[in-house]
Amino acid sequence: MSLDAFLLLAAALFSVGLYGALSQQSIVMLMMGLELMINALLVAGGAFWFYVAPGTADGQVLVLVAVTVMALEMAMGFAVVTALLRARDVDTTDDAGDLKG
Amino acid sequence: MSETTPAWTVVALPLVLAGLAYSAAAMDAGLRSGGGIAAPLREGVRLIVQQRRRMHAADMLLVRAGVLSLPVAAVLAAAVIPLGRTAVWDLRVGVVWFNAMEVVAWASLWLAGWGVNSAFPLVGGYRLVAQGLAYELPHMFALITAALGAGSLDFGEVAAAQHGLWFAVWMPVAFAVYLLSALAMAFWGPMGHPLADDLAGGAAAELSGPDRLVFFAGRSALLTVAAAAAVPLFLGGASGPWLPGWAWSLVKTYAVLALLVWVRGRFPVLRMDRFMAAAWLVLIPAALLQALVVGIVVLT
Amino acid sequence: MQAVAFWILAVAAAGSGAAVFAVDSMARATFALLASFLCVGVELLLLDLRYLGVLVVLMMIMEMLVMAVFMIMYMMNPGGLMPMTMVHNHRWAIGISAAVFAALAAGILLIPWPKRQGTVPRDPAFSLGQAIMGPKMLVMMVVGIAILATMIASVVLATGRGRYDRSPGREDGAK
Repeated sequence: MSLDAFLLLAAALFSVGLYGALSQQSIVMLMMGLELMINALLVAGGAFWFYVAPGTADGQVLVLVAVTVMALEMAMGFAVVTALLRARDVDTTDDAGDLKG
Repeated sequence: MSETTPAWTVVALPLVLAGLAYSAAAMDAGLRSGGGIAAPLREGVRLIVQQRRRMHAADMLLVRAGVLSLPVAAVLAAAVIPLGRTAVWDLRVGVVWFNAMEVVAWASLWLAGWGVNSAFPLVGGYRLVAQGLAYELPHMFALITAALGAGSLDFGEVAAAQHGLWFAVWMPVAFAVYLLSALAMAFWGPMGHPLADDLAGGAAAELSGPDRLVFFAGRSALLTVAAAAAVPLFLGGASGPWLPGWAWSLVKTYAVLALLVWVRGRFPVLRMDRFMAAAWLVLIPAALLQALVVGIVVLT
Repeated sequence: MQAVAFWILAVAAAGSGAAVFAVDSMARATFALLASFLCVGVELLLLDLRYLGVLVVLMMIMEMLVMAVFMIMYMMNPGGLMPMTMVHNHRWAIGISAAVFAALAAGILLIPWPKRQGTVPRDPAFSLGQAIMGPKMLVMMVVGIAILATMIASVVLATGRGRYDRSPGREDGAK
């Protein structure tokens, strides 16, 4: 166990999540990719806290914020999908291209 | 709290839990159908030799995961609950761990309900998710209130903080909410809507043979763990005159367990949508007020 | 012992993360994601982050159960009984994520990470609590407001009725 090993795990999770976020058509599956990327952030934040600066609680606060962001991202994502499905009966990103600002 | 617990306790823990869960099932059989102490044993043997039946295109991987995770979660939750003064696993955030393990039951029931590919179990699984969202917040506030009163997330220290006055006495609302959610987390009695008769057995309707045995054994174990956790949280832990600590833990656990088992035959099943309204409109504000009162007392 | 546990959990976390996008059944995908989160939660326990690790386990089980409900609700073919794929840009996505992993891994192995400063406190959860109730209180307040804003916004977005619509069951102005 070392900082490198933990960061490699984080990088692997991040890349898998990035693949999902880029490739999935369904918005719900895309959100699972985003969740995996935040999951990587949890690992990296915890590892940095433990191996670099365990004296202060900054790393822990970062992990706490990441966990919250995960929940918020999911709530907002599902709200958007629900609104989209009500309005035009679609749930894929390709059909919602006109939402880009 | 001792730092290291001997290795034999790891083996003894599931056995003690199984013994308690068995006696809960026996009490339930005695109260409801008049069966003797051997009734659960008879039922268990019947289920072991029963032939499994399965639906077309069932997702057996998910069903097995759901069924097995019930007893596993119960054992893992029991690992942080002290019997006497020591717990098998000294985690220091035992209250949060207990909460996490008891949420596993949501996943278990949903997986078992979804995986068998049948309508009634699926509805039962969804009912537990809704009921879980209703009971979980008041339940968390009740746990936090007890932890706040002791200033610790460790079961041992929570129990030790009650040497003068039991938390059940000066946090009655939190204790009542905890007992209610103990019923809900084991989907037992009034909170048994996910397994209700109007769904022909709900989430467990299609389980048969050993699967069914493991499922209901896990549910008894969860009920037992919920009762056992009430002892260090609200009933003073292992303290008591004359008897040794572990004996007092067991006596108090049995008392709570007997109460929970008795409630099953005494009250009708609550519909989970009604319980949802009551939980959010009454239980959450009540639990919050209780936490506020305890917070003020702790500060002054 | 700890290193073995770390590597087993790491492989399991990344593997079940990849399984999310490989399996057909939406229920299996959701619970593969949950498995990945649980592995990460236990990894945090290995880092002495007891409270945060257990918190991740607790929150992710609840979150994934809610997610499963929505997955089943919105996806076509949720049971995965007929194999189908719904991807776009497949090659590019694989290429980009592989390149990102290679870049990150190179950075991780090449950068000289700073020496450890300070020691692990006896109770990390306690120092976390003191931080967010003391010097880092602004973070906690922002998180609280963000949660409130999300609750309101998601209800507004997701509800099918407007401010003055009544539910169909009521006499005073059915929709």
